[in-house]
Amino acid sequence: MSVFATTIPSVAEQEPLIQLLAPDGTRTPHPELDAVISAAAPGSDGDDLATPERLRGYYRDMVMIRAADLEATSLQRQGQLGLWASALGQEAAQIGAGHASREQDYLVPTYREHGIAWARGIEPWRLLESFRGVSHGGWDPNELRTHPYMIVLGSQAPHAVGYAMGLQRDGVVGTGETATDTAVLALFGDGASSEGEVSESFTFAASFQAPVVFFTQNNQWAISVPASVQSRVPLAQRSRGWGIPSVRVDGNDVLAVLGAVRAALDAARAGEGPQFIEAVTYRMAAHTTSDDASRYRPAVEEQEWGEKDPILRLRRHLEQLGEIDEAFIVRCDEEAHELAMELHHHIHGMEDPDPVGMFTHAYAEPHPIVEAEREQYLEYIAQFEDENENDKAEQRGEQA
Amino acid sequence: MPGTSSSSSVVTIALTDPGEGLTEAEIIDIKVAVGDTIAINDAVIEVETAKSAVELPSHVAGTVTAILVAVGDEVPVGSALLQVDTAGGPAPTEGQGASPVDATAAAGDAAPEPEATPTEDAAASAEPAEDEPKNLVGYGAKAAPQRRRRRRGAQDDGPQVPIDRILAKPPVRKLARDLGVALADVFATGPDGTVTRADVLAAQQRAMSGDTPSAQDGDYFPEESPQAPEGLGVAMKSTRDQPFAGVTSDERTTRVPIRSVRKRTAEAMVASAFTAPHVTVFNEIDMTRTVQIISDLKASREWADVKVSPLVVIAKALLVAIRRNPEINASWDEQNQEIVYKHFVNLGIAAATPRGLIVPNLKDAHLMTLRELAEGIDDLAKTARAGRTSLSDTREGTITITNFGVFGIDSGTPILNPGESVIVGVGAIKDKPWVVDGQIVTRKIAQLALSFDHRLIDGALGSVLLRDLSAVLEDPALGLVWG
Repeated sequence: MSVFATTIPSVAEQEPLIQLLAPDGTRTPHPELDAVISAAAPGSDGDDLATPERLRGYYRDMVMIRAADLEATSLQRQGQLGLWASALGQEAAQIGAGHASREQDYLVPTYREHGIAWARGIEPWRLLESFRGVSHGGWDPNELRTHPYMIVLGSQAPHAVGYAMGLQRDGVVGTGETATDTAVLALFGDGASSEGEVSESFTFAASFQAPVVFFTQNNQWAISVPASVQSRVPLAQRSRGWGIPSVRVDGNDVLAVLGAVRAALDAARAGEGPQFIEAVTYRMAAHTTSDDASRYRPAVEEQEWGEKDPILRLRRHLEQLGEIDEAFIVRCDEEAHELAMELHHHIHGMEDPDPVGMFTHAYAEPHPIVEAEREQYLEYIAQFEDENENDKAEQRGEQA
Repeated sequence: MPGTSSSSSVVTIALTDPGEGLTEAEIIDIKVAVGDTIAINDAVIEVETAKSAVELPSHVAGTVTAILVAVGDEVPVGSALLQVDTAGGPAPTEGQGASPVDATAAAGDAAPEPEATPTEDAAASAEPAEDEPKNLVGYGAKAAPQRRRRRRGAQDDGPQVPIDRILAKPPVRKLARDLGVALADVFATGPDGTVTRADVLAAQQRAMSGDTPSAQDGDYFPEESPQAPEGLGVAMKSTRDQPFAGVTSDERTTRVPIRSVRKRTAEAMVASAFTAPHVTVFNEIDMTRTVQIISDLKASREWADVKVSPLVVIAKALLVAIRRNPEINASWDEQNQEIVYKHFVNLGIAAATPRGLIVPNLKDAHLMTLRELAEGIDDLAKTARAGRTSLSDTREGTITITNFGVFGIDSGTPILNPGESVIVGVGAIKDKPWVVDGQIVTRKIAQLALSFDHRLIDGALGSVLLRDLSAVLEDPALGLVWG
């Protein structure tokens, strides 16, 4: 029996929560997911995602992205970013899911996927560019196989399903060619999962058996609306009405996420159709820098979740394995601090982009309407210069 | 931008917009003291905005040299909060003590937001914070999020122009800003009530000639429509439809009862014109330098929030000229058979309002700086336009300026405000050929007309006053010498 269930327990609360790492770092064996992440486990495909070296890598990744995240919040407070959406507390869900994907997979993120971006090789300053308003997207989605951040929540699901259906038509699903078979990972949160387009996407994904994995980080809060208000049942159960197998995992457990996402993407890539994962985690910071979470949720809840911290958890596990030492921890911290300071200085020196750049990538090929709009926009901008010229001319005239 | 260098190494930390589109915040905690050493991202000040309470981290490392705000202050975004000397300060790496995952940090410190500033240490030892929740790695010491006070609702500090309700494209807004024209004062003619470039330029034109935009604002009483028979018919027709009590019309005439402002104006004019023998003297002058000063003032940041027009400078110049000829500032007391010399100037400004002509005056204008004059005149005009001018505002005037240049008129023969002895009329400033050093050049030319009461002022004195006024306007530097 797979951890990905297609039926709903008669009592909704009996939905299992898959956890491989307890908050105190204790490792619980899980035959099915261990086979996915550990080469030593029976049934493994040979990939080893859980070597001590890899685990230290996840640890470092989480430390680094948290530092970048905190730095970005500071930069916003210092007036350098218009806004910042912190992913504090969701590092394991994102680093785990990011590393679970294969290079050819296509990821469709929201605007709060900094760990995903990090795992996919997107440098943090590229995220900051968008939040500063000097970039329209930041990276080449084809090159990094990761869609630009999307502000419109819920849009990730239909975009991902459409892409996945395209992959089917490209014939890169279920061929058995591990190097080219591809799946799509759609990322969204508990709030977005309440939006209609997610349900519609489930319909299309199920009907066409599209190679897509829906990965919901249930961080408990849709801005100020708690997940308990949005759904009477665990989110994981929602997709089962469409016949989409799903699982609920501990989103602060990097190994559980890694195993579940890897298994789901493998299945999708192999032509077994869509999968759904609910990663239970917590948004430790406010919704964005414009929000104040203490207005609607109790501090005690943040404390409770703080004790389930994903980074501490992995460190404790590594300590129990004897695979981490103080020097490594300090080095990670130093590198994280350096990264933060690099971002700090980089942002303070960032230049504004050419405003007509937005027309460049509207279409792959030249387009007369876009060209006309570009010209109009250039004229519009020229108005400002005219005024400057006029001012100068006026002053000259009056001095004459 | 969080800060700008004011001197070599002293950096100002200013209030940023910590949310989206917030304009001010209240200081609720100052986390540093003068002399404290701070690192990049150290929380220095906590503010509460309409949206949230947030800690503002420093963008520089150094030593706090000045704290410019106090707890409880409500300050606009952009205000300087404190100053930090970055020269002797620690290297940026000072903040390294606490990093995202640090065994010691786990006890309460935040990632690149180390909290261990001297003040905080002191505060911590002063009051045992046993109930402070232990933060986990890197979640930032969100010290006391329980503090919940809403201080909004302070929107009752005077009527504010809802600037963002005014529809105008960004370049038009910029143009208005550059020209020192308040969008709220511009009469919009664009589609859907948008302000166009032409509107802004027209408003500026009016401002340059000292007008208030009221001329555009609305319904003048029909008898004040000066000319244009065709237009008059239209105006009459529309007037006829207006439900004014006592107004009667037939096809060819409209009869409006004389009352209120109109009546008062008529009485005053008759009293003045048939009591005081008027003499009017004229002078055409080169206002180029005055216009230059006005445009300089408009460009200056200090004057950004003040409406500055030629009228303001003319008022100042007139006050200088009066100071040189104080005997002009007098009135004829028929009853007591005395001439009353005033030791003060209450400067009247004739204002065309939707309800008619009003001449409120600036009390003790002789004591005012140029800026006070500008603010005072703007105030008078706004009050008059709003129909809130009180009787006392119009009493005890000593000298009046009337600005017919507003209407594009070159000159006229102004009638004295009753009880006063001098009135200065200012014509439109126009580009005209002018002879300078034997060459014909384009200059900003205007005509001044000065009427005076010949019972107490002789032609010589009246002429000298106009000459002195003209001299200051042609060469404002004289204001320094004579003022």
